[in-house]
Amino acid sequence: MSELIDLTAAQAAERIRAGEIAAAELFDAYRERAARDELNAFTWVADAAPEANGQSGTPLGGVPVAVKDLFCTEGVPSQSGSKILKGYRPPYTATVVAKLAEAGAPLLGKTNQDEFAMGSSNENSAFGPVLNPWDRRRVPGGSSGGSAAAVAAGLAPWAIGTDTGGSIRQPAALCGIVGLKPTYGACSRYGMIAFASSLDQAGPFTRDVHDAALLVRHMVGRDPRDSTSLEYPGEIELPRAEDLKGLRLGVPEDLTGSEGGIEPGVRESFEATIKLAEGLGASIEPCRLPHAPQALSAYYLIAPAEASANLARFDGVRYGLRVAGDSDLVTMYSRTRQAGFGAEVKRRIMLGTYALSSGYYDAYYGTAQKVRTKIAEDFRAAFEQFDFIVTPTSPCTAFELGAKMDNPLAMYLNDFLAVPMSLAGIPAISIPSGLSQGLPVGFQLAGPAFSESRLLDAAHALEGAIGFDGRQARR
Amino acid sequence: MLDRDQVLHVARLARLELTDDEVDRMATELSKVLDHIEAIRELDLDGVSPTSHVIDIVNVLRADQPTPSLPRETILAAAPEPLNDGFGVPSPGAA
Amino acid sequence: MSTGTVQYEPVIGLEIHVQLSTRTKMFCGCELSFSDPPNIHTCPTCLGLPGALPVVNEQAIHFGIMIGLALGCDIAERSLFHRKNYFYPDSPKAYQISQYDVPLCLGGHLGDVRIHRVHLEEDAAKLNHLGASGRIHGSDRSWVDFNRCGTPLVEIVSEPDIRSAEQAREWLILLRTTLRQLGVSDVDMSQGSLRCDANVSIRPAGTTELGTKTELKNMNSFAFVAKGIEAEIERQKRLLAAGEAVVQETLHFDPITGSLTPLRSKEEAHDYRYFPEPDLVPVLATEGMLAAARADLPAELPAERAARFERELGLHADTARLFAFRAELGDYFERALAAAGANGGAGLEPAELSNWIAPLTERIGSDADPARSKVTPEGLAALATMVKAREVSRDAAREVLTLMVSEGGDPRAIVEREGLGAISAEDDGLGEIVDRAIAADPDAAEKVRAGNMKAIGPLVGYVMRETKGRADGGEITRLIRERLG
Ligand SMILES: [Zn+2]
Repeated sequence: MSELIDLTAAQAAERIRAGEIAAAELFDAYRERAARDELNAFTWVADAAPEANGQSGTPLGGVPVAVKDLFCTEGVPSQSGSKILKGYRPPYTATVVAKLAEAGAPLLGKTNQDEFAMGSSNENSAFGPVLNPWDRRRVPGGSSGGSAAAVAAGLAPWAIGTDTGGSIRQPAALCGIVGLKPTYGACSRYGMIAFASSLDQAGPFTRDVHDAALLVRHMVGRDPRDSTSLEYPGEIELPRAEDLKGLRLGVPEDLTGSEGGIEPGVRESFEATIKLAEGLGASIEPCRLPHAPQALSAYYLIAPAEASANLARFDGVRYGLRVAGDSDLVTMYSRTRQAGFGAEVKRRIMLGTYALSSGYYDAYYGTAQKVRTKIAEDFRAAFEQFDFIVTPTSPCTAFELGAKMDNPLAMYLNDFLAVPMSLAGIPAISIPSGLSQGLPVGFQLAGPAFSESRLLDAAHALEGAIGFDGRQARR
Repeated sequence: MLDRDQVLHVARLARLELTDDEVDRMATELSKVLDHIEAIRELDLDGVSPTSHVIDIVNVLRADQPTPSLPRETILAAAPEPLNDGFGVPSPGAA
Repeated sequence: MSTGTVQYEPVIGLEIHVQLSTRTKMFCGCELSFSDPPNIHTCPTCLGLPGALPVVNEQAIHFGIMIGLALGCDIAERSLFHRKNYFYPDSPKAYQISQYDVPLCLGGHLGDVRIHRVHLEEDAAKLNHLGASGRIHGSDRSWVDFNRCGTPLVEIVSEPDIRSAEQAREWLILLRTTLRQLGVSDVDMSQGSLRCDANVSIRPAGTTELGTKTELKNMNSFAFVAKGIEAEIERQKRLLAAGEAVVQETLHFDPITGSLTPLRSKEEAHDYRYFPEPDLVPVLATEGMLAAARADLPAELPAERAARFERELGLHADTARLFAFRAELGDYFERALAAAGANGGAGLEPAELSNWIAPLTERIGSDADPARSKVTPEGLAALATMVKAREVSRDAAREVLTLMVSEGGDPRAIVEREGLGAISAEDDGLGEIVDRAIAADPDAAEKVRAGNMKAIGPLVGYVMRETKGRADGGEITRLIRERLG
């Protein structure tokens, strides 16, 4: 059994295809592990393997996938980590989840997350914090902390999450696995309980880069139900590269300088990885992204503003929590929302409402949208000289539970290196680059829109050279 | 930067009945965050057009063809207050 | 300013919401619903379920562009949808997807009223109130039916170019006819597919500064629009006369009592926090879309038709507008006109023919479509032609028309059968009857002889009675004057 768990998803799919193991056997092995989850990574686990009708013939072979709570799954709790949606079972399934099921990755379970994807530690979940499998006193990162922890701990072969301002990359980094945020528009958002519509994007969590490519290629594609989804140009290819010959990597000093607050251990690992990349034939040079340091500020206006409207529908009328006991409509709304939302969600709703309110729109939201234009221009200019931009994924490794809960601003600074790519809508991948004091460090590569195949190829070559061993977290 | 009255006004717009404690805490925390964010207002952004979307597509339109609707029982199953085949609410006109 | 009463001029702008008659809703594939059982036309999108997304209905854009073109608007090359945020049970997402600073259509005019803008949005759900009255006040429980939620709406905003309640009513009828002819909406005020709000202010006549305006809601018939605006103009006049100020507010018109009551505002501070809808992309009005909309426009819109009736056919301005705004009357009239032309018409002027439409509608019911009556346009044209040719008197022709309405048929045959043909001096001894009239009333005859033409009435009346209206009034007068001249 432990042997099964040590297979990558692609290897497992291969064995199923070869008839060496049954899809149901693999499903059950993971289902049992997920059911015994001690990390609080899951909020719901499937009862039994689905009917294995010809799953061995599907591209993903029947290898089950763990899905972040905020993806709507018909008849299955989809609560987005919130008390206001406790027990909510939607009447429909998110496009990405449906596509994966069709490609042969059935639903294993739903994973814990920061409430409405707002957070970088997974401590903002109404269903309790998720523990980091590398050190259970520490956070797994967020907001897709449950998905990251589940894959790292071997409770799921792979998982999907969403990234709005780092919510895939940062927990992947903190849990020592691979996380990819695709190009904005590559994956349908239909059925994803929205945080910030112009930024949210679904992506894979996997043990290695090859699995990431395999999973994401079945997630992308235009969806007629999502006006902002795009036809993926061509197909995402499975990575093969063993070197980085001819690739130009830019290190943005505006992000990796002193402002980012990068921990020494993280910096060390980053620099070591840069050396490895050079050894693989890449040229490394500093580059400029002059407006990137302002990305965090722009992000913390745009995302809360959109969220303030997206979360307005939770009003106690059609579904979810209602706090009654009063005949007055406004009181019903205000008490329901007061009781149903956690502190961080309320903070961001307040921030976003304020940023859009009369007299402040231009100064805040309008300005942030202009900064966004400049950031996208910065990247465009950088990609004329460089194939990829590289940074550490997160300025720090997994921190202790509770360490940043009282300081929202300190928590927000975790996103400093991840948010610029989100605002520009470009793909970025985090791969484990090593350990710092026993905790994983993530290395981030970002490329132009729709460069996923090249990005995965480069990450694959680098991964081979790094030789990260994640088995420790799966004990 | 944000005072109690502003916090209360915004909370009312957002339909959040904050506790007294929360109002104070919100004023402090949001002020701190806004202080940090203020920096972007010093950038020279004259003539820069705003980006509300990074994707550059237009006219994503749907043919005017009906698709099946949800059964009423299904949608009312989630309702906190099913009433007369609909969703019950305190009347907006009630005192 | 001199003493005495100040004359006030009303300044009125209308805001009209029109439900488009697409098959499906604005942003989802649910079918539109009218009197269906509650909550059977919903889906994740129009119910505002978590994770659902909107997709724009192509036909709604097409209709929107058609309306813009018909009203002479500039169609925005690139328009945007915005979110308008407010909490209310009829708004499942707690925001309405609407258009804000870049609407689909800007400018334009209909008749002599300028259009400010035309934009697309989604309709709200229907809020029903428990309790005997079914009304919002006095009910403590309400329930929401989402069938209507998401129905495509077009909002048409006029400039404040209207100067009277009656003008507002007429203009609204013109707009309805125009939209009906475009085939984009049922435009039925009683069903709510056409809804009208009015912004009303008054100012001293001759000044240009605008007064404080109020917004009138719930005027759900053409008559109520006129009544409501009239009542508000009077209310504002009384306020100003009493030295009080008009307060900017929204008023609810009660058609039963005719009273105006301030609506409690949905939110003390209206702050809709508009921002671009991130779930949608811009709408680009391409050449292809414009051409398709143009191709679907009718050849002639009501305002153009009224102008043509007046200018080219010489109809009275009121008649021209009536025929254009009530297209069925215009269509009938034009068919009769063509028939008259085909029969030579005896020099029948279009205006003379037009005078026969009103007697016809009086007989069939003023709202009825004459094309559905037993009177064919050809028959009506023949009757008018006979009158013109003095083959039948005007009064006798009215009698013939009554018979045509009840039994149909050719007017000439009816005249023949009923013996209603005109009596002429030469053939039918009309002169003898005139002589008898003069003999019967020597008093009147004497007065006429003395030059008092008013006294001719009783003499003409006598002849009319004797001939049962078959003689022509002009001819009788001529014969009397000949004898008494
Ligand atoms: Zn629908």
